Amino acid sequence: MSEIADKVKKIVVEHLGVEESKVTPEASFIDDLGADSLDTVELVMAFEEAFNVEIPEDAAEKIATVKDAIDYIEKQKAA
Amino acid sequence: MSSHNTTLPAQGTLMQGKKGLVMGVANDRSIAWGIAQAVAAQGGEMAFTYQGEALGKRVKPLAESIGASLVLPCDVTDEAALDELFATLEREWGKLDFVVHAIGWADKQFLRGRYVDTPRDAFLTAMDISCFSFTAVAQRASALMKDGGSLLTLTYLGAERVMPHYNVMGVAKAALEASVRYMAADLGRDGIRVNGISAGPIKTLAASGIGDFRYILKWNQYNAPLERNVTLEEVGGAGLYMLSDLSSGVTGEIHHVDCGYNIVGMKNPSAPDISVAGD
Repeated sequence: MSEIADKVKKIVVEHLGVEESKVTPEASFIDDLGADSLDTVELVMAFEEAFNVEIPEDAAEKIATVKDAIDYIEKQKAA
Repeated sequence: MSSHNTTLPAQGTLMQGKKGLVMGVANDRSIAWGIAQAVAAQGGEMAFTYQGEALGKRVKPLAESIGASLVLPCDVTDEAALDELFATLEREWGKLDFVVHAIGWADKQFLRGRYVDTPRDAFLTAMDISCFSFTAVAQRASALMKDGGSLLTLTYLGAERVMPHYNVMGVAKAALEASVRYMAADLGRDGIRVNGISAGPIKTLAASGIGDFRYILKWNQYNAPLERNVTLEEVGGAGLYMLSDLSSGVTGEIHHVDCGYNIVGMKNPSAPDISVAGD
């Protein structure tokens, strides 16, 4: 697993207070991890800060799962 | 962000014996929370309100962390809910010394595009929540401020000058700032001061609804005289000043805590061209 994936997982575990085993790539923040709509905004802000990337609103709206977040950040970092 | 300041608020006794209401904490990035921390470090006691359970579950642990036991729901557009809130405060405390009003809302659909296209219902809702709520709170709070008091609200430069996307919020904030002056005149004889803090942009939950917020932050960072953005702790310190007796001679004031950005008339010549924002 990539360093980015590890860090994303850690942020999700910390922010949502869920068990690490539940934070699988396919896990949906809202449907599987119990996030509310404010959590998703806060998570995006936490990702932006941790990775020093910019996640504009239209991109943020498409980030529904752990994998979506990892993919987006990896793509930004590679660019 | 390199300018982020993580120093703890100054400890002291400036707010010892004072009790106040803080409305509008959403999470630990909230401006109201920055002020609450500064007040708590000076011995002030606070009650917190929240709108809806999603915010309630965020505010409760924060309030607990500074030993605040009164955390109450309040919809500021509901007169009965406001009556109930202040009845509770009267029952619990019998008096009130300060209020922090950090509440504003507009449908974010209208925080982009042109202001001129704002429909009537969106305008009225933004005005009701972002402006009248402070007046509605002041009506009730002033009755409990038997030894005088301090009412503080949060505003933004978009009230004075045009900021892209701020639109109906700018108009509502302009009305809010005018209400600060009118209420300061009305309540002065009772020793109640009314002021506003016009903070520079800070990345809060509320700011996430404003289009191109990153660009706004960058622009301020490059062009403010201090060449950085303001921190939550700095706004907290200014809030403490406004709520404490340090500002006992100040009322009706809109105090800019924005690294000086409001005085600037043009782009800083040394600021890079960020028109294509990359960075």
